[in-house]
Amino acid sequence: MSEKVRAKVKDLLDSGRIKGFLGLRQADGHLGPHLFTDGRELDALAVGDLKRPGDTRYPLNKQLLTLMRCDPDDSFGVLVRGCDERGLKTLITWNQVDPAKVVAVGIACPPELAAACECLKPYPDEFVDGGKVEGSTFASVATVDALDLHSRLTHWLHEFSKCVKCYGCRDICPMCFCKECSLEQEDLIHTGDLPPENPIFHLTRAVHMAGRCIDCGLCNEACPADIPLRTLYKKVADIIAQEFDYRPGYVEPGEKPPLNILGEAPKA
Amino acid sequence: MDYRTVLTTCAYCGCGCSLYLEVLDGRVIHTFPCKTGPVNEGKLCVKGWNIHEFIHSPKRLTRPLLRQNGTLVEVSWDEALDFTARRLREIKEAHGSDSLAFLSSAKITNEENYLIQKFARAAVGTNNVDHCARL
Repeated sequence: MSEKVRAKVKDLLDSGRIKGFLGLRQADGHLGPHLFTDGRELDALAVGDLKRPGDTRYPLNKQLLTLMRCDPDDSFGVLVRGCDERGLKTLITWNQVDPAKVVAVGIACPPELAAACECLKPYPDEFVDGGKVEGSTFASVATVDALDLHSRLTHWLHEFSKCVKCYGCRDICPMCFCKECSLEQEDLIHTGDLPPENPIFHLTRAVHMAGRCIDCGLCNEACPADIPLRTLYKKVADIIAQEFDYRPGYVEPGEKPPLNILGEAPKA
Repeated sequence: MDYRTVLTTCAYCGCGCSLYLEVLDGRVIHTFPCKTGPVNEGKLCVKGWNIHEFIHSPKRLTRPLLRQNGTLVEVSWDEALDFTARRLREIKEAHGSDSLAFLSSAKITNEENYLIQKFARAAVGTNNVDHCARL
């Protein structure tokens, strides 16, 4: 899948349009994030399908933020799937990324990955490789919603009880750019507790992700306890969509998230 | 600007989780778990996630220190090693080999760990060897 991406990136680098391209590189038997600055090193460029489609996705947008803060005058390219593009749009909305300084090189996800992610839109608006696959509905959310209220609470309390408080869900999250994190505020959470307060710790994060989570699922993949965080945040996203007709990354950049607006009451 | 991601192994315990260090202009600023690491498969514990923090810590020891009259004083490696060798020998002769113990580390190499236990057993004559990951 990489050939078309490689050609596009080479063109961007050689023409001087971008100073560097954040993508994935196959090296040392691993596939990981890398900033390509020379068109001649692109042979090692990969898109993140080592053994299975999308098995080596990384929070490239998070690294992009680091680069742009360090070097605000230069432009950078970044590899994006549908979720990453939603992330970029949302980061632009939150004034974290200057859209004039970013060139997204898109790839569309294959059906296997799109289905596993239950992704509503498994492709960016524009992509240079891959084919458009129809989005899926949130089957994992429907499964939990089918439980009665008591069973649902039991389910989530059980899942949260597995937490080892590694903060991996936050640390891998491309949308977590706050300088001060709610999860470290003594007023909100007893920060020294292990295991963390159940369910306050995870619900605090879930509320914080409302209007912000772009459903990339990296938190779920990073969780050493296999807590189905993605299902939780999908549910939160559904609530925001139902109540405010807003889904982060599916609206144009600049359209403010509903929880950041003081305005009329939500529809009944 | 020099920006790179460097593949390495977590030094906090013996598990050997693979991770990428994000390095900006020679300073290690962030950590990402390696998805293809066979041990950790893209996951880390809270220590691994923050391993970049100790690298540039001002609290790190960078030179040998010797306590002289109750105060730690910077000395040369030769002076530190001579002092250590002399005291180890004195203590062993006065109180026996098992009055000494050796604490090894996850932050050194496998070969260095081998050497310290070999030194404890063969040179000093004690099985009192332990490792910081037990803490």
